[in-house]
Amino acid sequence: MNNRDYIAFAAFVAIVMGLPLFMTNEYYFGVLIFAALNCMACIGLSLLMGYAGQISIGHGAFVAVGAYAVGILTTRLAWSPWLGMGAGVIAAILIALVIGVPSLRLKGHYLAMATLGFASIIHIVAVAAVEITGGPAGILDIPGLKLFGMALDSDLRYYYFTWTVFCIGLFFAINLVKSRVGRGLMAIRGSEDGAMSAGINISRYKIQIFILSAVYAAVSGSLYACYVNYIDPGPFNIMYSVLLVTMVAVGGLHSLWGAVFGGILLSLLPELLSMASEIFSGIGFVYKPDYDMFVYGGILLFIMLFLPEGLAGGLSDIGSLGLKLLKGMSRRAGTHE
Amino acid sequence: MSEPILEISGLRKSFGGVVAVESLDFGVNRKSVTSIIGPNGAGKTTIFNMITGYLVPSSGKILFKGRDISGKKQHVIASLGISRSFQNVQIFPHMTVLENIMVGRHLRSHTGLLLSWVLPPVMRPEEKKIREDALYWLDFVGLADFADRPAGSLPLGNQRMLEVARALAGEPELILLDEPASGLNTRETMAMGSLIERVRALDITVLLVEHDMELVMSISDHVAVLNFGKLIAQGPPARIQEDPDVISAYLGE
Repeated sequence: MNNRDYIAFAAFVAIVMGLPLFMTNEYYFGVLIFAALNCMACIGLSLLMGYAGQISIGHGAFVAVGAYAVGILTTRLAWSPWLGMGAGVIAAILIALVIGVPSLRLKGHYLAMATLGFASIIHIVAVAAVEITGGPAGILDIPGLKLFGMALDSDLRYYYFTWTVFCIGLFFAINLVKSRVGRGLMAIRGSEDGAMSAGINISRYKIQIFILSAVYAAVSGSLYACYVNYIDPGPFNIMYSVLLVTMVAVGGLHSLWGAVFGGILLSLLPELLSMASEIFSGIGFVYKPDYDMFVYGGILLFIMLFLPEGLAGGLSDIGSLGLKLLKGMSRRAGTHE
Repeated sequence: MSEPILEISGLRKSFGGVVAVESLDFGVNRKSVTSIIGPNGAGKTTIFNMITGYLVPSSGKILFKGRDISGKKQHVIASLGISRSFQNVQIFPHMTVLENIMVGRHLRSHTGLLLSWVLPPVMRPEEKKIREDALYWLDFVGLADFADRPAGSLPLGNQRMLEVARALAGEPELILLDEPASGLNTRETMAMGSLIERVRALDITVLLVEHDMELVMSISDHVAVLNFGKLIAQGPPARIQEDPDVISAYLGE
């Protein structure tokens, strides 16, 4: 019972590592690499939102910090991308401290406001500080990663690399949830008064988990920069932060698996929609990519109204309902005999 | 023998112009069961909230084992050895009953964020210990059968028991119970009474706020009566029951 998450984790690793054997289209490796990067940021956000009950609507900005740290330090100071990634993580930790300490000491959703403001600032800096960030034109020629002397230059290699990093991050997150600290976080969501009476320093815990979630986002951003070798402010706008929150909420707020599920699903959704648009064009309806946001909004609205525990929670409810029905049927069959 | 564990002097709390507690002087003896009674709005819960850090006193001192704790943060006071329950239960409804009590072991365990993150539970010996200790307290309050149930699904009586178990799991020296029998039926109230007796047998000092007079008079060593934020009488239960001031405060004149 207690090891269920680790069994699921092992199965997940097997699927992810085995998947390339069945994939023929090179294009989908790219899609799945982006899915891994989104999931990485979602895991951190899930710890913050689903377990500690705090909301960040600016998490995309921490992804940007990780990406720009690598971009700036490798191209302007010729650092190794690994060092750039480390610097990105440290920068994310420091920024999370500056935002988190004042806003998480207060009761209420001040963190949401503070992160929203922070995300706007980061986006403006990325656009306007042309000499450092390259402005709207962005930064070109970011070097790729090398692992033990081997360049991660093919999509297949980078697929294995990002999903491995993600799996390590997920493993650690599962550990955390099943610990004294993880229970402390869940307690904060359940009742702040109750948690304090048990001796939990709640503002300290909230700050710590906010920092950890920022680290996940920064690593995701650094890996992104090294993969596409080019960054500009476009992908890091507020809508990206909202998308991350949507992924976590759609999958299921209160489970890490929900974040994984939501992350993968919404990363693949644009692909599914473009496939669907071909079908639509057959019936004379022109689907434009601009409609994606409309679809996202519709999905989020539907989930919040009808499946507040997210798709993962909804599926497990349906699963246990089915199990109950089966049991009831077998019992009834038993009484007939 | 009867040295005080808690000494309150000149304690006062006002909310704007309303004085909830007025210059209270009051002591709780070590290993005793002491009850605070009084009509609704007399300031009983306000006193509890000041002792446990949920409210900052307007003035006055609260000495716990000789040390001033007034105005300290909730988790700091908890770590000094004061646990509490709440009038409106503050359990963690979406966690299991056992996990709720495991949270209560927080003060008696130490693994920080970094180690909890990197090491799986099997590599943290502390994890097994926390579970075992929590199971002990679960059994102590008689909820062993409900270990894996979501705490929110328990009936109120069991939720109150659970809250006491969580408080006990931190191994406090002083435990504050805020109306533990409120909303309980007769059988549940009796179970709560016998639980409080067993807590006292562990040499834990109990401070109780309760409206159920039968419960209060049967288990208390000392009773303090509060009316409009002022202490109007204190002493052993037998004397309190005959005190004319107390009778008039309760029945009205």
